[in-house]
Amino acid sequence: MGKIVKLMQGNEACTIGALAAGLDFYAGYPITPSTEIAEMCSEELPKVGGRFIQMEDEIGSIAAIIGASLTGKKAMTATSGPGFSLMQELVGYSSLCEIPIVIVNVMRVGPSTGMPTSTSQGDVMQARWGTHGDHPIIVLAPGNVRECFDLTFRAFELSEKYRVPVIVLADEVIGHMREKVELPDPRSIKPTKRKAPTNPAGYKPYAADPDGGVPLMAPFGEGYRWHVTGLFHDEGGFPTSKPKVADTLVRRINRKVDKNVDDIVDYASESLDDSEVVVVSFGSSAMSALSAVRRARKEGVKAGFLRLKTLWPFPEKVVAALAAHAKRVIVAEMNLGQVALEVERVLGRGASGGKVVVERLGKVNSELFHPEEIYAAIRSDAAVRGDAKGSK
Amino acid sequence: MATLDYFRQEKLPHIWCPGCGHGAITGALVRAIEKLGLDKNKVVVVSGIGCSSRAVGYLDFDTLHTAHGRAIAYATGIKLSRPDLKVIVMTGDGDCTAIGGNHFIHAARRNIGITTIVMNNEIYGMTSGQYSPMTPTGMLGTTAPYGNVERPFDLCKLAVSAGATYVGRGTAYHVPLTIDLIEKALLNDGFSVVEAISGCPTYLGRKNKIGDAVQMLDWIKDQTINVKAAAVLPPEKVAGKILIGELHSSKAPEYTASYRELIGRVQRRYDSYIGEVRECASNSD
Repeated sequence: MGKIVKLMQGNEACTIGALAAGLDFYAGYPITPSTEIAEMCSEELPKVGGRFIQMEDEIGSIAAIIGASLTGKKAMTATSGPGFSLMQELVGYSSLCEIPIVIVNVMRVGPSTGMPTSTSQGDVMQARWGTHGDHPIIVLAPGNVRECFDLTFRAFELSEKYRVPVIVLADEVIGHMREKVELPDPRSIKPTKRKAPTNPAGYKPYAADPDGGVPLMAPFGEGYRWHVTGLFHDEGGFPTSKPKVADTLVRRINRKVDKNVDDIVDYASESLDDSEVVVVSFGSSAMSALSAVRRARKEGVKAGFLRLKTLWPFPEKVVAALAAHAKRVIVAEMNLGQVALEVERVLGRGASGGKVVVERLGKVNSELFHPEEIYAAIRSDAAVRGDAKGSK
Repeated sequence: MATLDYFRQEKLPHIWCPGCGHGAITGALVRAIEKLGLDKNKVVVVSGIGCSSRAVGYLDFDTLHTAHGRAIAYATGIKLSRPDLKVIVMTGDGDCTAIGGNHFIHAARRNIGITTIVMNNEIYGMTSGQYSPMTPTGMLGTTAPYGNVERPFDLCKLAVSAGATYVGRGTAYHVPLTIDLIEKALLNDGFSVVEAISGCPTYLGRKNKIGDAVQMLDWIKDQTINVKAAAVLPPEKVAGKILIGELHSSKAPEYTASYRELIGRVQRRYDSYIGEVRECASNSD
């Protein structure tokens, strides 16, 4: 027994992270490029007394994990774009009813069937706003294989702590890439237990501080005999049509995330202190971005790097702080500017009054960024334009 | 324990229209549970969306009012996680056979230990009277203003073909029969289906001029025949009638028991998963 040192895939590291977090239950439907997670769960879960089921579709998969979570189990599914689209209605159910679940979305290029084995980061906005209504959600984006372990583990911790669905938003390159990683002995890690009530008498399943309080969750089958509904409900869990109760509920569940942004947000950075040009990126794009930033630094460009490990809630503080030095912020992502929209919201668009120019470096051809493309963007400012091949 | 003790009495009266058959069917479920003396703390009742699915809010168990069509899929997660619990699904004809049809047949195929009560009023009542996959051909609905041109499912035959191990059909008129069928369904170790024909005087009845609540029950009575009676009648007397009673009972491995057996087998082979992390095959689709 001990730490695991191994050449492994992101999808494998993700599964091991889930097991370390205490995964009891997996339900899923095969879809590239996430299928290895299902395969590995089918093999590993029975060994630890857990359950795996291959459901008839992705809607059934998320329904089954919500059911399992209601019995007190830690439950997860994994999917990719088309399956993630199908799950959206019940992401909202999990949000409103405050039932912890973890969904791994290994992104592939879309829309529609797209190119199943090719990478993309096009689900950033869907992960935030895919279901209807104002709802809380947390989205984490691993940037390497080790982080697939770390962030999947963290996804369970955050999901249990705040009773919200947590999305691990990987991409095909991160999921399939193999790296040598060193993981701690999963048994040395002590995952947090869900906070449960201790007495069924007078149990009010949704009683909590209106300012983002998290109610205690009783497992089914333990004598609490409570009611769960996707209708707006009162503190007792029963349907309500009172506008005031509805307002309090929707604001409370959203406040759970909004008031804990500092606890949730995580990022990695390099050379931000004096950077005049900063590349903001995440996931596999960030690997190319970091390489480009380092090359530019070596050549004397005051370039910096910011990699978002939390996409939602959006890391506003660290992005806003870029304005202290940065003249340009390049957002490198494999979509047409989904994170860039948020960066523009925080920093202003330059041309329309903000003092920082935000540049969208998007890519949707199913290929990973070459570092050269990002390097070229860094070097394409007015002073050095023409030094490298232009790329916009 | 008295029948009413299984209800959250403070949540009554219910929302159903006067003359609706859903109350009789909910009552039949509770009476079957009472007859079996099930522990209230070990029963979970799951529903979807629609008139039928509001039943769970009135029942004093752990209850789960899910999304449209998904009750059986949620119930699958609960049953697989806690096979010791008695898991019951209350659903309607639209919820179960249209939007939830896929989960229904796959739960039957797995023979997972869930008892599914389908409250079939042959119409979408909650949305005020659109035709469902169980609306008889020719009948009127708000989306079938010239008469329904589609054919309805025979839900019980569908359940049997898909692998359910206990299947029966009762009605809101034949309450003692329905109680009996639900009791047997609850005792079956596998996927059980009781279709309970319910009356919707408000939408199906009014649109089709069937009459008031009592006439609606008569209408149900007149078109059904007990399967035992039908067996000894000449075919012309049975033609066009809906069979009620116990329609199927068989034995097959129950899914969660099979999975538990698998866990036992696997755990004997591995006492630890650490270091057993295997290579993942590359594939695509």
